[in-house]
Amino acid sequence: MSLFGIFDAAGSAMSAQTVRLNTVASNLANADVVAPDAQSAYRARMPVFASVLSEQAGAADGVRVDRLVLSEAEPQREYAPEHPQADAEGYVWHSNVNVVEEMANMTSASRSYQSSVEVVSTVKRLMLATLRMGQ
Amino acid sequence: MTRGIDALFAPHERALGVLDRRLSLLGSNLANADTPGYKARDLDFRAALETASASAPMARTHGGHLATGPAAGEPDVLYRVPLAPSLDGNTVDTHQEKAAFAEAAVRYESTLTFLSRRISGLKTVLRGE
Repeated sequence: MSLFGIFDAAGSAMSAQTVRLNTVASNLANADVVAPDAQSAYRARMPVFASVLSEQAGAADGVRVDRLVLSEAEPQREYAPEHPQADAEGYVWHSNVNVVEEMANMTSASRSYQSSVEVVSTVKRLMLATLRMGQ
Repeated sequence: MTRGIDALFAPHERALGVLDRRLSLLGSNLANADTPGYKARDLDFRAALETASASAPMARTHGGHLATGPAAGEPDVLYRVPLAPSLDGNTVDTHQEKAAFAEAAVRYESTLTFLSRRISGLKTVLRGE
């Protein structure tokens, strides 16, 4: 019965979305970290998803996190000579996290997670109804 | 009599099989809603049910025969034509997929109800009360 495969697919989608939420949490937590140079400034991390094609026809395709990429955005430079992290010229480098983008990303991840949960509960209800058939 | 009972249940059994397959595809679409490059898939319920009901599908009886499309009784899986494909090449429209998933779930449940009613009808006949 291929309905069982949906549990695996939805489960893999939930774990992929969890990784995404984890990166959002880490990006937001590190949004205000400053560094003495551009290289060591915190860069936003984001996961890249890839689908896991099932070997047998008829089974559901799951999701996996292919890799984590670092944002290419330029870290912001700020003139703060009194800052303990300031470099010789008096600049500190902020992380390149875009907080608004991260919030939108978080909402999207949570919506996708919710739809996976709904899929699981619907399929569970259908399977239980199948078991009760004829009673 | 066995033939009669088979005819009583077979259409619903086939419908359950097709809906099971469809729920699987729609579940994959929803799971891959954020996967770059994923193409949403679905099947044509009417055509799939006809394929499943075909009494004598063409079989490969010789090693030299070429396979013609999907295996016997396997429905054709189609790619959805996207209304608004996203920049990353993903063609899953979550709302559309959710609606289709809910529809397939309701169809599955109603087919189960039909089957249950047939079974209870048969039981009534057998008891003769």
